[in-house]
Amino acid sequence: MTQASPLGSVQLRGFSRGFNGKKVLDDLRLDVPTGQFVALLGESGSGKTTVLRALAGLDGDAQSSGTATAQGNVSVLFQDSRLLPWLTVIDNLTLGLDAAAARPAAEQMLRDVGLDDKAHVWPNTLSGGQLQRAALARSLLREPHVLLADEPFGALDALTRMRMHGLLFRLVERIKPTVILVTHDVDESLLLADRILVLKNGTIAQDYAVDLPHPRRPDHPRFMDLRSSLLSSLGVETELA
Amino acid sequence: MTQQNTLAAPAPWSATPTHAEARKPRALVPPRLSQSRLLIGPALLVLIWEAASRLGFLSPSTLTAPSQALVTGYEMVVDGSLLPHLLASAGRAYTGLLLGVVAGVLLALLSGLTRTGEALLDGLVQIKRAVPTLALIPLAIIWLGIGEAMKILLIFTAVLVPIYINTHAALRGIDVRHVELAQTLGLSRSEFVRKVALPGALPGFFVGLRISVSLCWTALVVLELINTQTGIGYLMNRARDWGQTDIIVVGILIYALLGLLSDAVVRRIEARVLAYRKALGS
Repeated sequence: MTQASPLGSVQLRGFSRGFNGKKVLDDLRLDVPTGQFVALLGESGSGKTTVLRALAGLDGDAQSSGTATAQGNVSVLFQDSRLLPWLTVIDNLTLGLDAAAARPAAEQMLRDVGLDDKAHVWPNTLSGGQLQRAALARSLLREPHVLLADEPFGALDALTRMRMHGLLFRLVERIKPTVILVTHDVDESLLLADRILVLKNGTIAQDYAVDLPHPRRPDHPRFMDLRSSLLSSLGVETELA
Repeated sequence: MTQQNTLAAPAPWSATPTHAEARKPRALVPPRLSQSRLLIGPALLVLIWEAASRLGFLSPSTLTAPSQALVTGYEMVVDGSLLPHLLASAGRAYTGLLLGVVAGVLLALLSGLTRTGEALLDGLVQIKRAVPTLALIPLAIIWLGIGEAMKILLIFTAVLVPIYINTHAALRGIDVRHVELAQTLGLSRSEFVRKVALPGALPGFFVGLRISVSLCWTALVVLELINTQTGIGYLMNRARDWGQTDIIVVGILIYALLGLLSDAVVRRIEARVLAYRKALGS
């Protein structure tokens, strides 16, 4: 019945997950084709992070049923950078790889994210934005088929976040992984994603295709339409927003 | 129109900036003391002690003056009667320390990284922790006699406990987020131990080591009261029989110096190994 799915594709089949008897995700079904950039929106507690953790293989709990699979190499970009404080930035990048062989690529990746002068410093000398750039470099250095990003810019200030959007977009253009980006930021999802899913009451309530050309402008009429539509499906009064 | 006016009008709180500047933040925590000022307390104690001796409040048979102890100590160094005892003591203390640190780390690794190890070892060490080292002296004497082996064994068992407890706790308390990261990066078990678990446990190990270096000397004092012809403890014990409080004070000073020195050495190593922690500023 199950045929081999292409590398980079992501599938959820009847995926359910409860916490202490309460169902958070209910019979989720999702197909993401290779190379698609998907944003997963939802209020806090809607289970979007749970989906991501299941796909990352970090949710080994008996309270789940169904399958959540990501084909090929998977990289995870966490909300906190999770650099190991006792390794220099470049050693953090090559952690788990053949350090000598991966070094040139790691140095190139640090140049790409603008941290080439920080290769040999300890992580705790970096700012929040620099840490997250290093984490982005670490996750993409592996040239993953699937990039799972869990609110990666949620803890950054607004200006840094805008720069990170551009950086993420350029790197994803080049490396072309499938991306699942969990976020609560409607503008972020509209700027970056090909497809936006709204998670509500444990199921996918809305599935939008974002057919705007890049680079996207927030004052584009279609952008604004989608924005108010997304906000209202999230239960936010657009007149105020 | 009216909106513009409101924006242009100076906000009431910005009208008196000097007021805000003049107000200094109240410090809830006293500012850091420089290292040298930590010596004020001990120096004061020595001064009072010296004064009490000179003014006749303290007779030499009760407690010698610190200046006299220094003179005696200097004479003992010069006539060569101190060094052999110091070496004998240091030999015992550091042999026991070395064995205890090695064994403590190995046990902590076994117990911290494997369930079987924890099931077999942790209970045992916790029980040992509850038993005072000195309570083991009678048994150790029956098993090993009253020679060097007995002393080293007891120092070894005393030192092992804090090394084990702190290293083990640090291994068990490893940051879950780092474990998840290792999982998603596909680290092998051995890579995880070398790159994540061990470096994460090092701060705990150093806490244990600092306790242990002073503990090995503490245990030694008592042990050197039992049938020895060498060692600082022996010197002090013999001085008691002759009422030589100056030699007793010399012994106490040596223990204090060794304790402080050992601690300083460990701190230096710690600061170097854990340099990543202090990378910001000071």
